[in-house]
Amino acid sequence: MIELKNDHLAFSFPDVHPGAKLDITFQRTLRIPDDDKTYPLPPGLGAFPLRHVDDFADNVPPGWLEHGGVMLPMYQSEAMWLLFSAGYDPERGVAYPCAVKVATGKIDAVTGRDWSNGLHRGPQDYMVAPKQPWLDGYCVEKGVIRQFVAMPLGAGYTAEEQITGNAEHGGLQVIVYPMKREVFERRFPKVDRLARTRGAMAFDAFCAAPMAAKSEMGLAPGGRMKQEIYDDPFDFADWDLTHSSRCFVHIANSLMWKAITKQTPPNLPPTAAQYTNYGLPWFDYYDDSLKALPGSGILGKLKSVLGIATEKRESPLPENEACNPGHVVKLKAMRIGDQVREGSF
Amino acid sequence: MSTFGEYVRKRRMELQEGDPRFSLRKVAVAIDVEPSYLSKIERGEQPPPGEQTIRALAKELGEDPDVLLALAGKVSDDLQKIIRKRPRIFAELIRELKDMPEHAVLRLVREVRDGKW
Repeated sequence: MIELKNDHLAFSFPDVHPGAKLDITFQRTLRIPDDDKTYPLPPGLGAFPLRHVDDFADNVPPGWLEHGGVMLPMYQSEAMWLLFSAGYDPERGVAYPCAVKVATGKIDAVTGRDWSNGLHRGPQDYMVAPKQPWLDGYCVEKGVIRQFVAMPLGAGYTAEEQITGNAEHGGLQVIVYPMKREVFERRFPKVDRLARTRGAMAFDAFCAAPMAAKSEMGLAPGGRMKQEIYDDPFDFADWDLTHSSRCFVHIANSLMWKAITKQTPPNLPPTAAQYTNYGLPWFDYYDDSLKALPGSGILGKLKSVLGIATEKRESPLPENEACNPGHVVKLKAMRIGDQVREGSF
Repeated sequence: MSTFGEYVRKRRMELQEGDPRFSLRKVAVAIDVEPSYLSKIERGEQPPPGEQTIRALAKELGEDPDVLLALAGKVSDDLQKIIRKRPRIFAELIRELKDMPEHAVLRLVREVRDGKW
């Protein structure tokens, strides 16, 4: 089941295990410059507001009601990342593993292939939380993503339109599968009190971590960012494919959002240059125990928003000047009973 | 279960014992009705007033407006709008919930609906 709680999607599988939970938050962030450089991870600037489409049945497009799910507002060329927070089991000192598949416009963000329910390997079309703490964009090369950037659906920029030639779906799609209960209990036996405390501390430390003509938005590939999408460290048979929950996340531009909800969306985030000039931190994350997936050949061929705009002689990206993040905080993956976080300022 | 008028009178008299501002006349003035009209409502000689007056009365007496509206046999405008939007599902929901203990109702969660993609 999925609940909408305080602007995040709370997935839970009580039939599988009480700890089988995963929260997904859609984070506002600054748009990294769309140039040849590869940037570190930008900050989270708070969650996008999320609403049930059913609560605004009179005002949303009929297709949204057919899809069900939720909606959020984005300005044209605004960026987003997804935060995955898996449910923590204090008796075992670990977070319950879940497999998460993310698509935009029904194009898989890891493989570039068409949406399908289920999980696949060869190529792997999903991520594993909590090993994968977040997703910032399309997996275009090994260790490099192109940032999710909102563009009007139908203008030719979105990954969906570049790959399929159609502006049919837009939005963002998510499906989550939990690990099988017996596998979880076998792989992660109960731990003693001391180890639990350290585990909990580790987890807490880890957690601390212009208007468009068209109204409906899709996501398009923006600037390059250093981020690894990790290979599944478990066996494929470990996933409980009989239990899943999925959600269609519709994206409205700010005018459409106001018309639907009578509410004002959050302010525009600062530009990358403004943020950097204030000396605020960027981030780098690494987990040397995991292997990174190779990039998708399909997604690697996508043109960035700036690339398409140049061809079309348009300028949809205001404030795209390069910046030099000098303050990069290095975040190391958590490990129970081990050092979990270090900062290099 | 007491009637709307009995309930209002009892509550107002309790408050009046500690504070003369809750006399019939002063409460009637506060909610912008004639004292004789409020008196008839309290004695059940007049039906309960409209939603806005009930809300004003609830505010004056420190009562929950939804409770007073329910005692008056009314459903607030905002709830009516919600029910009219999806009457079948809310009718089913309320019937399903009628025998559930309060703590279970309070724990009731709302799932995000999945549709046809």
